[in-house]
Amino acid sequence: MIPGAFEYHRPETLGEATGLLSQLGDSARVLAGGHSLIPMMKLRMAAPEHLIDLAAIADLRGIAVGDDIRIGAMVTQAELIAHDGLAAACPLLREAALQIADPQVRYVGTVGGNVANGDPGNDMPGLMQCLGARYSLAGPGGTREVAARDFYISAYETARADDEILTGILVPHPAPGTGYAYEKQKRKIGDYATAAAAVTIGRNGASVAMTNLADRPIWSEAAGKALAAGDAAGAVAAALAEIDPGDDNRGPAEFKRHVAGVMLRRAIDRARARMG
Amino acid sequence: MAKMHVKMTVNGTQVEALAEPRTLLIHFLREELGITGPHIGCETSHCGACTVDVDGRSVKSCTMFVGQANGASVTTVEGLVNPDGSLGVLQEMFREHHGLQCGFCTPGMITRAHRLLQENPNPSEEEVRFGMSGNLCRCTGYQNIVKAIMAAAAVLRGEKEAAE
Repeated sequence: MIPGAFEYHRPETLGEATGLLSQLGDSARVLAGGHSLIPMMKLRMAAPEHLIDLAAIADLRGIAVGDDIRIGAMVTQAELIAHDGLAAACPLLREAALQIADPQVRYVGTVGGNVANGDPGNDMPGLMQCLGARYSLAGPGGTREVAARDFYISAYETARADDEILTGILVPHPAPGTGYAYEKQKRKIGDYATAAAAVTIGRNGASVAMTNLADRPIWSEAAGKALAAGDAAGAVAAALAEIDPGDDNRGPAEFKRHVAGVMLRRAIDRARARMG
Repeated sequence: MAKMHVKMTVNGTQVEALAEPRTLLIHFLREELGITGPHIGCETSHCGACTVDVDGRSVKSCTMFVGQANGASVTTVEGLVNPDGSLGVLQEMFREHHGLQCGFCTPGMITRAHRLLQENPNPSEEEVRFGMSGNLCRCTGYQNIVKAIMAAAAVLRGEKEAAE
């Protein structure tokens, strides 16, 4: 499987990268870890004429735990998992990242790529919605932030403009004692979720998001409110009312709906057990 | 499309070549350099037969463009032999514990296991299974693969000597 021909660019600064992207327009794609884009290029479902590899841009790397938690777009899943300060500040991130793909993919696949790509099967988008994260975007007009809960429009369609690059993710610190869980049903290691649920419960309320059960991640405000009021069954019912799974080789929609309910209930139970 | 100049260290040897940017690392290793240890299995980043080590990371080389490995240090199963050319510890333990049947997945298994043991020299069996979960063996010889890696870990820790 040989991808179409392209020209390879490796800018060393963010300004160079956004400049290239503006200049090359639709014929260019940015390359993070490439573990979504390269398979698509091998299938010739994507055939960019230019690839702008973000790997050499130091500003896109690194994890900083300060007033917020900042995760650079080019941080790999393996780097996220290995970061003890991050795991102490927000353990849900490590728990979920360990359920993504397989070890080799996690060494290369990036958090930024996972959230920016808009693939409804990716785990990080729902997770970031659950955590109330914000994304930093840089374009020719400067930088801006978009809430993860406002970012996803439909499959592969997001609030990111074509000439913008997602540079990092800002995650607010969960309140002390917040219970959390990420539950994912998959057919095998490396598969996308048949259904997955992210839950936090703490003194600031509760939050519920579902993965791969619609053309975008589903953060359910109603489910979070029900859960904060102590109504787990109501939270599950509210979340199931908002998902819209389709039939595919992971099963018919009714099956996915069933699995979604089970995953969410398990995530709620585990998050409650972990509350401090 | 213009070729790009690529430079990397492969199994300790500096290599330089011109390559089309769309060249995948696995094709560069096998076709340009003649290093055929890493295998092409599924070509869809599932099976792990093409696993190589790139700057201390286990990577599926069917899912990395050669430019992404430009300047990197790459190790394949060929690079895991002892300096005298005899089998390295992991290779020897795979032989001793029958960790291979048809052998197709073996280079990827051993290269991945090498990185796993670098990061965790004393893994539990469960940690080995989780750490090896990106490599498929279609002979389904997983029990002996896990045994071989556990044995190699013990030898590398100096707790056990390899049988002659």
